[in-house]
Amino acid sequence: MKIRTLGRHVREGVKNLGRNGWMSFASISAVSITLFILGVFLILAMNVNYFAQSVEKQVEIRVFLDVLATKENVAQVEQNIKTIPKVDTVTFIPKEEGLKQFKESLGEKAYLFEGLEKDNPLPDTLVVKTKDPKDTSVVAAQIKKLEYVKNLNYGEGTVEKLFAWTGAIRNVGIAFIIGLGFTAMFLIANTIKLTIVARRREIEIMKLVGATNWFIRWPFFVEGLLMGIIGGLIPTAMLTIGYYYLLDGIQSSFEAAQLFKLLPLFPLVYQVAMALLAIGAFIGIWGSLVSVRRFLRV
Amino acid sequence: MIEMFEVWKTYPNGTNALKGINIRIEKGEFVYVVGPSGAGKSTFIKLMHREEKPSKGQIFLGGFNLSRIKERQIPLVRRSIGVVFQDFKLLPTLTVFENVAFAMEVIESSPKQIKPRVMDVLGQVKLKHKAKMLPSELSGGEQQRVALARALVNSPGIIIADEPTGNLDPETSWEIMKLFEEINQRGTTVVMATHNREIVNTMKKRVIAIEAGQIARDEQRGEYGYED
Repeated sequence: MKIRTLGRHVREGVKNLGRNGWMSFASISAVSITLFILGVFLILAMNVNYFAQSVEKQVEIRVFLDVLATKENVAQVEQNIKTIPKVDTVTFIPKEEGLKQFKESLGEKAYLFEGLEKDNPLPDTLVVKTKDPKDTSVVAAQIKKLEYVKNLNYGEGTVEKLFAWTGAIRNVGIAFIIGLGFTAMFLIANTIKLTIVARRREIEIMKLVGATNWFIRWPFFVEGLLMGIIGGLIPTAMLTIGYYYLLDGIQSSFEAAQLFKLLPLFPLVYQVAMALLAIGAFIGIWGSLVSVRRFLRV
Repeated sequence: MIEMFEVWKTYPNGTNALKGINIRIEKGEFVYVVGPSGAGKSTFIKLMHREEKPSKGQIFLGGFNLSRIKERQIPLVRRSIGVVFQDFKLLPTLTVFENVAFAMEVIESSPKQIKPRVMDVLGQVKLKHKAKMLPSELSGGEQQRVALARALVNSPGIIIADEPTGNLDPETSWEIMKLFEEINQRGTTVVMATHNREIVNTMKKRVIAIEAGQIARDEQRGEYGYED
């Protein structure tokens, strides 16, 4: 195919959008509306995931060391924990620091523990975070076996339940997105099919004057691509503006800001835009090519 | 130019539309194909531009063997002949100019060639002044002239017409027929299926009569010969 012909196909595809004004409008609307709904769910699912992640990140293992352990022993334990592959960070909290933190958490009643500095009853503590929060219990079991480790605490039981919940929420989210994605594809492809059925005569005439199948397909390809992209841009713009105001509204109220920790506008909107445009373009092209194929046999 | 040997056409529903057609049409001839409705005229025409495939027999047209041709070569056959239909078959969303230009775009002509050539053919069918109109804004005769311009624009050696005057009043029919006559005089072969007895009887051209799927008559300077 000559470059000039490609130019012709692109021009023709663009013109066809205008020539079939109402049909294009119907298709673009169908794409926009379904992708808008998909986008809303996408943003929702991403935020739920973000929330689950931030909850999971708070999971840590507090390792209480033997009060008799020397500084060298402590350093050795810290080193041993660091060599476990699944461990991300190890923070050492000496017993003095531990007491200070404890008193701070008591607030006004801190005076009850005045004078304990000299004879600190608290053990030295190591705070361990794993790379993947789901490995917490496995890592905890490994640490427990180490020498000078007296005890440890990571919220056993509660943590497992938490992970079960966050996992379930994620799966439901993914299932929803996939289901919605298929519905969107079906709906859009159907609308595009209708607009092309209306033009079967046109395709028949093109064939009768000697157009090759690809010569007929190309403008439809361009047209489908454009419809998909326009149909993706509209909901992207709406969702970006909507999300911006949602964030703005939440941040203006202190309580709401504490309660709902949402993903920042960027890069969320980029990701959503990419997803919607890609789906739109794919469905647009696929819908038109599949529909044209039915009428090429003349 | 066009040759058929023992051509049969059986449709999937079992109808034998053509039963053993043998014909030879020379370059530059003007041929009317006549016959009662349902006798096989349309099938005869459709076989020539490969809208239908023969069930049996051989068809040779402008260097192609239409019985053996591959699917992807069909566009090439259709480009080598101009076809005019009873219902014009113009693209409703394109202007007159664009409709004619389309046949040139299909063969990847450059826009520089397209514009003067399209205006030239539109001049031949006397429609230059309506180049920017849509088919729906034209009369039936004018639409058929656009279709004729489209068939002519790539200078094919053969023009095939299936009842081109079937939807037109007598006066307009004559205008169209004169255009076909002019085209033929410039050396283009014309094969036309028609029901118009007045035209056939006046023009005194070769007449092929098809009845019940077979050739009933084939006469030089023939007559329509049916009472309908």
